[in-house]
Amino acid sequence: MRAVTRPLGLACLLLLSNPTLAEYRLNLEPGVTSTSQNAYDIHQIVMWICVVIGIVVYGVMTYSILTHTKAKGHKPATFDDNLTIEILWTVIPILILIGMAIPATSALLAMEDVSDSDMSIKVTGYQWKWHYDYVGEDVNFFSNLSTPMDQIKNKEAKGENYLLEVDNAIVVPTGKKIRFLFTSSDVIHAWWVPAFGVKKDAIPGYINESWARVDEPGIYRGQCAELCGANHGFMPIVVEAKSEEDYLAWLSEKKTAQAAAAESGNKTWTMEELMAHGETAYNTSCGACHQANGEGLPNVFPGLKGSAIAVGDIAKHIDVVVNGVEGTGMQAFGPQLNDADLAAIITYERNAWGNNTGDMVQPSEVKAAR
Amino acid sequence: MNAVVEEHHDHDHKPTGLGRWLFSTNHKDIGSMYLWFAFTMFFIGGALALLIRAELFQPGMQIVEPEFFNQLTTLHGLIMVFGVIMPAFVGLANWQLPMMIGAPDMALPRMNNWSFWLLPGAFGMLLASLVMSIMGLGSAPNFGWTFYAPLSTTYGPDSTDYFIFSVHLMGISSVMGAINVIATIMNMRAPGMTYMKMPIFVWTWFITAYLLIAVMPVLAGVVTMMLTDRNFGTSFFDAAGGGDPVMFQHVFWFFGHPEVYIMILPAFGIISSIVPTFSRKPLFGYSSMVYATASIAFLSFIVWAHHMFTVGMPVAGELFFMYSTMLIAIPTGVKVFNWMSTMWRGALTFETPMLFAIAFIFLFTMGGFTGLMLCIAPADFQYHDTYFVVAHFHYVLVTGAAFSIMAAVYFWLPKWTGNMYDEKLGKLHFWLTCISANVLFFPMHFVGLAGMPRRIPDYALQFAEFNQIASVGAFVFGFSQLIFLYVVIKCVKGGEKATDKVWEGAEGLEFDLPSPAPFHSYTTPPQVK
Repeated sequence: MRAVTRPLGLACLLLLSNPTLAEYRLNLEPGVTSTSQNAYDIHQIVMWICVVIGIVVYGVMTYSILTHTKAKGHKPATFDDNLTIEILWTVIPILILIGMAIPATSALLAMEDVSDSDMSIKVTGYQWKWHYDYVGEDVNFFSNLSTPMDQIKNKEAKGENYLLEVDNAIVVPTGKKIRFLFTSSDVIHAWWVPAFGVKKDAIPGYINESWARVDEPGIYRGQCAELCGANHGFMPIVVEAKSEEDYLAWLSEKKTAQAAAAESGNKTWTMEELMAHGETAYNTSCGACHQANGEGLPNVFPGLKGSAIAVGDIAKHIDVVVNGVEGTGMQAFGPQLNDADLAAIITYERNAWGNNTGDMVQPSEVKAAR
Repeated sequence: MNAVVEEHHDHDHKPTGLGRWLFSTNHKDIGSMYLWFAFTMFFIGGALALLIRAELFQPGMQIVEPEFFNQLTTLHGLIMVFGVIMPAFVGLANWQLPMMIGAPDMALPRMNNWSFWLLPGAFGMLLASLVMSIMGLGSAPNFGWTFYAPLSTTYGPDSTDYFIFSVHLMGISSVMGAINVIATIMNMRAPGMTYMKMPIFVWTWFITAYLLIAVMPVLAGVVTMMLTDRNFGTSFFDAAGGGDPVMFQHVFWFFGHPEVYIMILPAFGIISSIVPTFSRKPLFGYSSMVYATASIAFLSFIVWAHHMFTVGMPVAGELFFMYSTMLIAIPTGVKVFNWMSTMWRGALTFETPMLFAIAFIFLFTMGGFTGLMLCIAPADFQYHDTYFVVAHFHYVLVTGAAFSIMAAVYFWLPKWTGNMYDEKLGKLHFWLTCISANVLFFPMHFVGLAGMPRRIPDYALQFAEFNQIASVGAFVFGFSQLIFLYVVIKCVKGGEKATDKVWEGAEGLEFDLPSPAPFHSYTTPPQVK
């Protein structure tokens, strides 16, 4: 027996003391909002009631298993019912359930009350990224996974926030009741930040709502919680809660940056600029399906390396990227990206991976094709 | 009883060769085919699960692409639900119902043949899509076993139409099987066997059959709507055409929730047969067991949207589905308390079927507790679509339904084959299975509560330890089932002869028949007092 248990124990120790792994948790987190606190409280109540009932039921059965055995010469009794006890074990559970239902109901009512919010953020799910729109502020942007592919493919060491990091985090002010509006542009996604206790489906054709008031500044991470296709596991959520002052500063900075990006569509770009910007933009918006090497995934996502569209007619190429292909996974990127991004991506696709067409597409051409 | 037995020998001319199986109208042969089919699917579905667990052994993508990972989880779920648990229960019903009610065979033997032979076609088609995917000819279904629209409609791979046809065939098979069960139980009970004298396994299957007839057509309806959405331009579930993706979920779960009771009620019947046998004491609260089963069946129709607390229902809807779901704890509790009281002051022995039955009561109850936690809507927002849910339904379906099937096979195998199985190997199989199942599924509670979503091929670093432990458990669990296969084959081939009664405490008409049971069970109905 020792011979078996010792290596096993060692293996367990190794597993648990592996220094490259982050700290693990056993239970739900209380979180930082009243919603998550409510969820945590009711979770604790119900779990401990279950533990107590479990101890009683398992205890009685274990006692029977240990003592009422043929091996110990126990003679079987012959009873096969007992009305009193049957009534008791129907009525007592009903009372326990009522005891659970009361706090659960009040928690639920508080969670679902989205009235009197201070601001609204519209969250739209896309395969496989989130879009945030600060309602009434003219600030909106996409938020993509920023973990490098090499970490996912085990070619380099994984960072601390592996798969839970994005290029553009959503920023919210502390102490404000923020209303989130959820919808989707393609399939159903679910926006979930455990520390907020907010999990809501983003459904095409629907607008769902939920809310959070975060009092602690900090960075909170979550993930998509509804299977939404191949890269469901790769569309995280990062929320940064900042003091109102810092939030307003971020907001105006974001507005300036967006104006500059829109302006970039009016100038004429060089080939080098287009290719450099195109590579970044391609890896962010296109690489999840068509892959960084342009080869796609056989029979799932078509490759662009040497493809008829990427080396063929430019107008057709622009049309596919801007308007998408109906009935396929190819989204219309026109509404998602600005002219400069689109021009850079199309130029990059026509010249990368040995496509070498030498073609250059300017933002003005994209604008004209819209 | 001996007079009855001797008569049987004259009727025992079985057809031979392949024809015996292809054209079989015999409840035992068809039952065996169902069980072997389920066993085969168990290994295929299990192999897919091991690939999933191998990929999840460490953070990072190692073995499969995310796209293929989704195909693995989808087919694992579909195969285990429709190809393992359900056919295995139908197989047990085929073998046991006629013997338990004192009948010669099932009421509709030709339909019985057809309902089995639809299954290889259905699963052949489903698995063909996986084979084609491996060969690089397109994707197998990749939208999860719940196939939510629009992921499965507008965005589904071409093989979705194979999947739809396959589900239609499974549904037809299940409904025909259910009609057969009802017809048999209503018409072929031995004289004197009133409804309230039927063995509890017969009762649970009787109620299950009604559930099947009620909900399989709903499933057929939802996949037909998918079919027309995909191919004929309708927009049932397409918001862009005025359809409603949430309606898909309502219709699916109106089928789906009764479906989970279809997969557990027969298990209740099995456990209620085994526990009294090895406690040498009658089942406690027979009539309350029957009423509890019926209440669970009724409640199963009014709780479906507890699977959908995050879709944005009105608060009143959330409250209704939370309360109605909580009610299920009451009849389920009655069942567990009844089993507990059956064992109380008995004279217990611990042969393999009893070990599996006891493990069922402990571990199914675990799944029941997490079920109660999940129905609390405000907490469910945190549990929904995480590994906590995965842990919950594997506790009720693996250590619940699958354990009950293993218990049933060990319990009745001597009656079917006339030989005792190898008790030592049976116990080894039990302990390996029971321990590894917990190593596999218990840590999933922790990663779920810590925030790991289900159906992801790769995960953040804080989930690594428990995923590693679960994967180790998965491989031990998977390979332990080879022992089960060996024990069954060994028992079919020979072994110590079983007595007619098989077990000291056995009760019931099937144990009045000789072992192995004659081909046509009871040709002369026994008199039940």
